[in-house]
Amino acid sequence: MTGAQIIFLVVALFTLGSALMVVTSRNLVHAALWLVSTLFGVAVIYALLNANFIAVVQVVVYIGAIAILFIFAVMLTRRDMRDTGPQMNKSWWAGALVAVLTFAGLASLLSGWSGFSKTAADLPAGFDAISLLGEALVSPEAYVLPFEVASVLLLAALVGAVYVAFNPSKK
Amino acid sequence: MVPLSWYLLLAAALFGIGLFGVLVRRNAIAILLGIELMLNAVNINLVSFWRYSDTLTTMSGQVFSIIVFAVAAAEVSVGLALVISVYRRRNTVIADELDMLKF
Repeated sequence: MTGAQIIFLVVALFTLGSALMVVTSRNLVHAALWLVSTLFGVAVIYALLNANFIAVVQVVVYIGAIAILFIFAVMLTRRDMRDTGPQMNKSWWAGALVAVLTFAGLASLLSGWSGFSKTAADLPAGFDAISLLGEALVSPEAYVLPFEVASVLLLAALVGAVYVAFNPSKK
Repeated sequence: MVPLSWYLLLAAALFGIGLFGVLVRRNAIAILLGIELMLNAVNINLVSFWRYSDTLTTMSGQVFSIIVFAVAAAEVSVGLALVISVYRRRNTVIADELDMLKF
């Protein structure tokens, strides 16, 4: 077992353990903080995959914006400062069964695929991922249209979010 | 070097955990937390397929994962706005109690 594999296993166990705490912890603020630690683990996975820009975007956008938005929403919707009642519904065993079956189905489907145990080639010398990514995002031969559609979607969603959450009774 | 299968199995496990959270949690915000886990699992798949593909220079996987980031930000902002609006009107965020359409 090489060093890269040991690092991957440690990060993967950390990520999966944090993800389990997200879905099982009773206190929602704790769940949101565990989400931060899961997202950080995923950012390390991106760094291990040589996707440095994606790793930084993960930290800035997901941890810096989305997770903080979750913490704000938890604080704005508290009835009182403690959670009462069960946090899971009565048929939680069925949900667990569906989740385990989904994982088993995906794993068996993937294990039959020919590229399943492929190993990565080394990056070519002088490989500049960030400039290639920037060109791919704005080049008409590549992904400029999905990029612009995504930005319009984001603008529309944020205007809609402000409209939905706006409270007209409190001017 | 880590084989591709390890990343794919990690993503599948993360997706399963997120699916469990979506299916069993009663709080609407906790359901959105589960959806975030599932989106992250998909992103791990996209980036690892990019890294292990033979055409690294097209950057397709990274571009797709950036678009998934934008969609996730849009989804979570609209979702949390809806939760806050529902909380203001019904004074609850428990998904079981939002049963106005039930007769």
